[in-house]
Parts: sequence; C-alpha cells; structure tokens
Amino acid sequence: MSLYAQIVVNGLMLGALYACIAVGFSLVWGVLNVINMLHGSFIVLGGYLAYFAWLHWQVSPFVMLLAVSVGLFLLGFLLQYGLVNRVVSQPVLTTLTLTFGLDMILYNLMNVWFDATPRRISLDLGRLDLNGVIVPNDRLLAMLLALAMTGVLYLVLRSSRIGRAIVAVRMDRDAATLMGIRVGRVYAITFGIGALMAGACGVLMSVVFPITTNITGLLLGKAFVICVIGGLGTVPGALVGGLALGLIESVAGNFLGAQSAILVGSLLMLVLLMTRPTGLIGKRGYQ
Amino acid sequence: MNANRFRFPARGAHLLFAGGVLLLAAMPFLADNYFVRLATFVCMYGALALSWNFIGGYAGYPSFSTAAFVGLGSYVGGLLQNAGVPMVLAWLGATVFVSLFAALLGGAILRMKGHYFAIGSITLVEVLRMVASLWVDVTGGGDGLNIRILDGGPDFAGRVFLYAMLAVMLCAWATTLAVERSRLGFGLRCISQNEEAADMVGIDTNRYKTAAYTLSAVYCGTVGAIYASWVSYIAPTDAFGILLTLKVPVMAMLGGLGTVYGPLVGATAFVLMEETIWARFLDYHQAILGVVIVLLIFFLPGGLLKIDYRRGLARIRSAAWARAGRATATEVR
Repeated sequence: MSLYAQIVVNGLMLGALYACIAVGFSLVWGVLNVINMLHGSFIVLGGYLAYFAWLHWQVSPFVMLLAVSVGLFLLGFLLQYGLVNRVVSQPVLTTLTLTFGLDMILYNLMNVWFDATPRRISLDLGRLDLNGVIVPNDRLLAMLLALAMTGVLYLVLRSSRIGRAIVAVRMDRDAATLMGIRVGRVYAITFGIGALMAGACGVLMSVVFPITTNITGLLLGKAFVICVIGGLGTVPGALVGGLALGLIESVAGNFLGAQSAILVGSLLMLVLLMTRPTGLIGKRGYQ
Repeated sequence: MNANRFRFPARGAHLLFAGGVLLLAAMPFLADNYFVRLATFVCMYGALALSWNFIGGYAGYPSFSTAAFVGLGSYVGGLLQNAGVPMVLAWLGATVFVSLFAALLGGAILRMKGHYFAIGSITLVEVLRMVASLWVDVTGGGDGLNIRILDGGPDFAGRVFLYAMLAVMLCAWATTLAVERSRLGFGLRCISQNEEAADMVGIDTNRYKTAAYTLSAVYCGTVGAIYASWVSYIAPTDAFGILLTLKVPVMAMLGGLGTVYGPLVGATAFVLMEETIWARFLDYHQAILGVVIVLLIFFLPGGLLKIDYRRGLARIRSAAWARAGRATATEVR
C-alpha cells in the first residue's frame, strides 16, 4: 500500500514542477502562436544561475528565485521585442526555425561557459516520514513554490490589467488591437513571462535534480507533452497536464524503468496528437 | 510572372546543374580524398534537402522528421548488411522499408496541422531514437552498431560512396522535376496556399499530403543506409540527430522553398560554409549555425534563388547614375 502511496506522492511532486515548466510554454504558444524552442534552455539557464550563485556566494536559491525571474523576464522581453515580433505573423516554419536557431546559440554559449557537468544544489533540509511515505523537504518546498508560482500567474492573468490584455489578445488579436491594446508589447510581455516561469522553474529544479545542458531537449519535450495533454494557453490546462504527466511517469518509471517512462510520455503524446489533433481539452482554432 | 521564372527552371539552370554534377563525378580524378568526402556530403545533403522539399517546400508542411527517416534507413540498412544481405540490396531494402513506414504513418500524422504537425514530426525522431537505444538485443542500444567496412581500400570506398550518393541525389532531382510538372506538384502547391480551398476544388488533400510525406522519406532511407555503410558505425544519438533534422530544412530555406534547384543550391552553400568557416570554431559550431538561421530568416526570407539579381543590379546602376549626375551638377555650379 505504502508503495502505491509513495508512487502517487512522487508523481505529484514531479507533476507540480512539470506544470511550472509547461505553463509559460503553453502561454506563449497559445497567445503568440509561436513555439518557443528556447524554453528548455531558459530552464537550464535559471538552474545554472542559481547553482553558481549558491556555490560561489552562498546565495540561497530561494533568493535567486527572485533575481533569476527578473533577469529572464528581461531577456525574454527583449528577445521577443527585438527579434521574434518581426516574424510573429509568418508561417510556423519561420517562427519555429527562428526560435530553434536562437536556442542553438543559447545552448552553445551555456555549454562553453558552464560545460555540461550535471550539478545540483544540496540543501539537506531533512525529510518527512508520513506512515512510511518518504517526502524529502527540499522536494516538498520546490513543489509548493512551483504551485504557488503557477497560482500567482493564474491570478495575474485573471485580475490584473496586463493579464486581461494578454487574454484578450489570445482570444482575438484584431479585436484587441481595436480596443487599444498594443499587441507588440503584450507579445513581448507574454514571452517575458514565459521566460520568467522557465527560469524560476529551473531554480526550483536545481534544488531537486541535477541540472545539465543535456536535458534542454528533454524538458522541451515534456512541455510539448503537457501542452498536448492539457490544451493550450490556459493555466489550469497546464496544471492538469503537468500533474497527469508526473503521475504517468512516476507509475511507468516504477514498473518499466526510467528510460521507458520518457518513451511512454512521448508515445502517449503521438497517439493523442493523432486522435485529437487539437489536444485533449484544447480548443479549435489553435492549430 | 516572377514565380513562374523559378517554377519552370530555365535551360541555363539545367546546364549549370549538369556542370555541377560532372564536377562532383570527376572529383576523384581531380582532387584528394578530402574533396571526395566533401563532394559526397554535398550529394548527401542535396538529396536530403530535395526530399524535404516535397513536404516542406511544395506542400508547406513544417516537417522535422528527416532524421527519423535517415536514422531508420541507417539502422535497417546496417542490420540487413550484418545479416548477410549484399550492400546494395540492403540499401534498397532500407529504402522500401522507410517508404512503407512513412506511407503508413503519413495517414495518421498528417491529420495534424501547423505547430502540432511540427511537434509530432520531431517527436517521431525522439521516439525512434529511444526505441533504438532501448531495444538492445537488435540495435545494440547505446553502444551502437558496427557494420562491416567495404573491402578495397579507402580510395575505392570513397568512390563507391560518392557515386552512390550522387545517384541518390540525381534520383531525387528527377523525382522533383517529375512532381513539379505533374498534377501532384500543382495540388501540393494549392495545399500550401490554402488547404480548405484545395479540398473544395476537388484535390484529395489527404492522399496528396501522404504522397508528399512518403516522397520526402524515400531517399532519406537510402541516404541513411548508404551513410551507415560509409561510416560503418551508427549509434542512436547520431543516427537520429536533432541537428540533422533542423539542418536539412534550413538548407532548403537557404536555397529557396518549393523550387527544383533551391535545395541543391542551399545544401551546397551550407556544406561549403560549414567546412570553410565553422570547422575553425569547433566550440561554437552550433551557435554559428544558430546565427546563420537568424540572419537567414531576417535578411534572406526567400532564399538565395529568390534574390532578384536584376533589380539589385538596376538599383546599383541607378545609384551610380545619381552619383554621376550629382557630380556633374556640382561641376556646373
């Protein structure tokens, strides 16, 4: 019994991080209709920044969470404002190739600066033992913070001025323009928020998993899978998708092995894509 | 008018192409093995870019599954060869297998559009790579697969693989010409412009798209199998390389999408750039490719072939005239 409980708890802790990974990616995809291939590298960049600040200056990763968020928001904002906005209305091939190209630059630079050694911040916060179900405290904290960030984003989108503008642009770009929303700026802010969530998630991940540049593609793949499961552009969708993937991987990883868990996720996505071309709970019109 | 000029290549373009093919074929007699290897790469990427052009250029579907077909072809070819099948037959077997695979898969994967299709096609690469590394009994897993080296010394082998790749490239080129002039090419161009409208006027879009997707796989399978025999060692990460799957569309875009010679021009230019510039900066190889992509998208969106050289010349000439005119004006004053 406690084995199953452990699997579920592990899955939920993983799933909260996955939701945090996917929520920014999903927002950018849904609002801008751009697939941000940089997302995986943003996550790793956030993780590395937190790691090196912790290693050299003993800065707590929870302080770095704030600094990395601000830094990556600016990076994302500038990238979108300066580059991606110029081609944002062009065919998928163009925007996808552009972000792919930008990702290669960032990935390469990170490899040269930081090299690809897996690194992890070990905080040693102890662990909780709930009737035989082990919960490491650092993981628990990362999970709660990931959920909190996702919740804050939800509130921002629901009730702030800029959040309503983002939602308006997602619903109907032309109507939003007519209402006086500066679409170019909303795009840049949305992309910035996507980068912010990725960076913050990287900081949280560096506390739980070893971070290396080699996993950028893997993380990006997970963001894809979650978007397909949960649908595009909504926070609840990403949350549901993230938790679902976390549980699936936890179960598959326990019974089939870690490599197979990833394969199961990808296969699930391919099948979903073929049977439900707009995503499981996705709306029409976002193809 | 402007588009037509590229759609039906002028005789001059064919002559240039014939000259290029002769040069590639004569490479073993003109230069050393380094250049033979370079020529083989030009043929290989030329064939891949031409293949991708069917789905990405003519039909306008952002496919990133090139590496899936190449990797599958190299594994099937390698496994057949290790099972004792003669080399050329193994190549043919890989071609047939990959074509069937693409035709069967196409019906399902082409129901997606836009981003979803792009992602589905990338995921295909990832899934096949994971299968190749997990299925240790057959593929050797992460350790890779060794394939017997061709007898007869490096000079002989170099020629064999150069002419094999050249033959594949010529086949891909001939297929492109045939498609260009057939109903299929017309239908694919309609789909690329507006799929619903194409469907309305009676184009069987699913069949056409599946045909384009299959065509984009056929020669990738052959190239993969030849590549496996050439390098005589394949492993999941390089057979199903994510870089390859991006490089090939970039080559086609560099030359010009949906044209007969664009992919060839792009592939040649790309391989030459890679050899002359990037080879000197090994640490920054990927970053430079990224910069090339960014520059390509902002400054050369139509590719090398779509540059209107005549207008450029005219502009330079008129600028020169204006300068001359201003010069005379000041003299008079």
